Amino acid sequence: MSNDINVNPGLRESATFDRTTMAEIRRAADTGIYDIRGFGAKRKLPHFDDLLFLGASMSRYPLEGYREKCNTQVTLGTRFAKKPIVIETPVTIAGMSFGALSANAKEALGRGASIVGTSTTTGDGGMTPEERGQSSKLVYQYLPSRYGMNPDDLRKADAIEVVLGQGAKPGGGGMLLGQKITDRVAQMRNLPKGIDQRSACRHPDWTGPDDLAIKIQELREITDWQVPIYIKVGATRTYYDVKLAVKAGADVIVVDGMQGGTAATQDVFIEHVGIPTMAAIPQAVQALQEMGMHRKVQLIVSGGIRNGADVAKCMALGADAVAIGTAALVALGCNDPKWSAEYEKIGSAAGFYDDYQEGKDPAGISTQDPNLMQRLDPVEGGRRLANYLRVLTLEAQTLARACGKNDLRNLEPEDLVALTVESAAMARVPLAGTSWIPGQGF
Amino acid sequence: MKTIDLAESSIRELNQALHDQAQECLEREFEVLNPKGQHNIACGIDQNLSVDIRGHAGYFCAGMNKKAHVVIHGNAGQGVAENMMSGTVRVKGDASQAAGATAQGGLLVIEGNAGARCGISMKGVDIVVKGSVGHMSCFMGQSGSLVVCGDAGEALGDSLYEVHIYVKGEVKSLGADCVEKEMRPEHIEELTELLNRAGVDEDPASFKRYGSARQLYNFKVDNASAY
Amino acid sequence: MCGIVGLYLKNPELESRIGELFKPMLIAMTDRGPDSAGFAIYGDEVGEGWVKLTLRHPDADYDWEALATRLKTELQLELSWFQNASVAVFKVHAEEATLREWLSEEAADVLILSVGQSIEILKEVGLPEKIAETFNLEGMKGSHIIGHTRMATESAVTMEGSHPFSTGMDLCLVHNGSLSNHNRLRENLKREGIAFETQNDSEVAAGYLTWRLQEGDSLKEALEHALEDLDGFFTFTIGTRNGFAVMRDPIACKPAVLAETDDYVAMASEYQALTTLPGIENARVWEPEPATFYVWERS
Repeated sequence: MSNDINVNPGLRESATFDRTTMAEIRRAADTGIYDIRGFGAKRKLPHFDDLLFLGASMSRYPLEGYREKCNTQVTLGTRFAKKPIVIETPVTIAGMSFGALSANAKEALGRGASIVGTSTTTGDGGMTPEERGQSSKLVYQYLPSRYGMNPDDLRKADAIEVVLGQGAKPGGGGMLLGQKITDRVAQMRNLPKGIDQRSACRHPDWTGPDDLAIKIQELREITDWQVPIYIKVGATRTYYDVKLAVKAGADVIVVDGMQGGTAATQDVFIEHVGIPTMAAIPQAVQALQEMGMHRKVQLIVSGGIRNGADVAKCMALGADAVAIGTAALVALGCNDPKWSAEYEKIGSAAGFYDDYQEGKDPAGISTQDPNLMQRLDPVEGGRRLANYLRVLTLEAQTLARACGKNDLRNLEPEDLVALTVESAAMARVPLAGTSWIPGQGF
Repeated sequence: MKTIDLAESSIRELNQALHDQAQECLEREFEVLNPKGQHNIACGIDQNLSVDIRGHAGYFCAGMNKKAHVVIHGNAGQGVAENMMSGTVRVKGDASQAAGATAQGGLLVIEGNAGARCGISMKGVDIVVKGSVGHMSCFMGQSGSLVVCGDAGEALGDSLYEVHIYVKGEVKSLGADCVEKEMRPEHIEELTELLNRAGVDEDPASFKRYGSARQLYNFKVDNASAY
Repeated sequence: MCGIVGLYLKNPELESRIGELFKPMLIAMTDRGPDSAGFAIYGDEVGEGWVKLTLRHPDADYDWEALATRLKTELQLELSWFQNASVAVFKVHAEEATLREWLSEEAADVLILSVGQSIEILKEVGLPEKIAETFNLEGMKGSHIIGHTRMATESAVTMEGSHPFSTGMDLCLVHNGSLSNHNRLRENLKREGIAFETQNDSEVAAGYLTWRLQEGDSLKEALEHALEDLDGFFTFTIGTRNGFAVMRDPIACKPAVLAETDDYVAMASEYQALTTLPGIENARVWEPEPATFYVWERS
């Protein structure tokens, strides 16, 4: 509904055919092709803001700061790997490709993550030397496209993440349009320069968890069983997917909810496929608990993590760690109002920009244009990201201490209540002031 | 020459022995006995070795091969030489699905037939098949060459990029954006060289060339039905 | 997601050893299917006018003797029976329909795993090796056998959810893959009178074939209809009284290998399941084409 005071109050906008919807219909009529954009699901969804912590009072006692430690360190990959990854904070950087992002952006992410002792992840385009050079812990994605995939980089990685899908587009493959396929990107991906990259949505040499089990064995053999193998899925039938990931032999499972971002895919895919992150976590945890694998196969969740409260709530619901994508880019300067004039020039606005696929990002992050890319200084970007990661960690610790926990992983679902019926049902915690959890017992 | 009998040693022991040669090469020739269809045999090699596998291999044999020359004296399961970077892999028998999948270099020779999706997503490898290939071969093939002396199944080269495809026999059907192209002298030369490297005795003039029509390189409304 | 295996003997001299030959094939598929396993063995035929049923009851101590007595007395018929672990094999001189009706009224919680003149379906939750030992697979004789090891995808790990699924007299199905339109099909088939015990997609495929055969299709016609109506990824192996059939969907991503010698035809999800078969080194080994049926039957 319009809150615009300049619109005549006697006018009434349709909730079904609002201005945004009408603009999209006109665009479709103009072009004959679906709308492609970046970012995650933008519509309002049940999310962590609907959950609240029950802090300490008479029956529970809080922890003091400083001396009364609240541990944030997590070890990932304890199931089979000889060298699990130890991260100092449970906030990791999610997979985003070089190609989708500029080289400076990837370097900044590596720098920031390394300063605080956490991991970054390559994306659908392969590993860059800048990234490996600047990241103390680097997870290497293994995707359907296999762009830039090679055993040397596999052996340089600290972990391998087999990607079945991501929250923004579960069941879809990578997408990169011609304007971002520069010489360097084209060379890494083995594609002609300037074409619109088509996507494979399934892996070329295996289909199904039974064959995935064999593929994971192959990856372990090639890396001499040293490093953890993650499996990443977009959140859909999460309960079954997590069980199958365990059966297929994963050390770590990454579940990415529909709020998870992308650099480019169809808008309909982003908004209408997959489930909210909050609804996926209890399914994943239940699956792990039923198999006796909770905490033995670690769970990383992503999709709309923005602040330390989100981090703490994910931990309370049973995750071992989280991953951030969109939030990391915002920390680097994505959608920063200081570029307002630039956003307007390209028909957008600061805070609204999601046309990552265009490659014209004024902030120099989701672009391959060398002039634009210069606007992001990787060292300064790294510093900003490190600051943000520290804040996420401190905020999560604050909430955990208030709940009497000396370790973020000691947060439990029983520390939470919900504000709405939907969030109570999805997160499987009681509606505040009641003992009612809707949706149980079916 | 080192012989490893998989009836007594594990796949892990075999692969570790092969991987150990990468740093310091103490043994260049390996023979593998009793493979019996096991998976992941000789994957991840990174050294100029010669490996003879006496029998049938399972999935991903010689996966991600670098520099080594691997011969499978039998059939190979799914994904043989997948993501190979360099070196050669020769299958004396038949290869299952996704042979040479997403491989970036080197030479893969299949003396029998290859199953479906031969060369899927290939990124620079040269594949020569003496027999026929199954359906959806060279699906989304990006670069490299695929030579088929026998027939090709349905939807050859669907969504093709820049792979050079040469087929001597019948092509059941062509995939989206894959068309027959003219055989010019440079192609005869390229094909001759490929056949020679593979040790295959065929007359290049009896082959037809297939390649991308390049109509799907940029999203266009008119191509909507192809998606 | 799963492993499937099948063995059809051309040489009758091997029939006394079929269990011994088949056991390592089933166990080789354990990694593909650690949740449960089952097999359908054909042999020990009953005569015309007789049917053989394999039955199971949730109570491990169910009194099969009492059931047998009641059947004999109330329906005035001849029967013999024996027990194999959790399964009771009944040989009855009666029509299938009569027995089904009586059982549904008089012993509704008895589960009928298979009905036919030759088939016996045996399945359980647990590792394939354990199931092979429980049912003494090694000692069994027969003309052909198909089996399955299960990695449950979207339905529970239960005995009922295990394959093979019975699809009619002497008919059964095992499946590797994942169907995508099974829920609507299940509802449609229920309206046609087919009963389901699980939420399993494979059970729907079996029910679909049962329905087509009831409608008068030959096996080949039923499989042709299946290709049109079933959506998703599948390799099916179907057991018939006189042989077996193998079919893959048109995309054919799920694996399948066939091997043939003068003595047998064998099928498996992975070649390594076939390596213990006699003469496998000289067998013709090939992979079935997509959307094509391969049928071997005794005439």
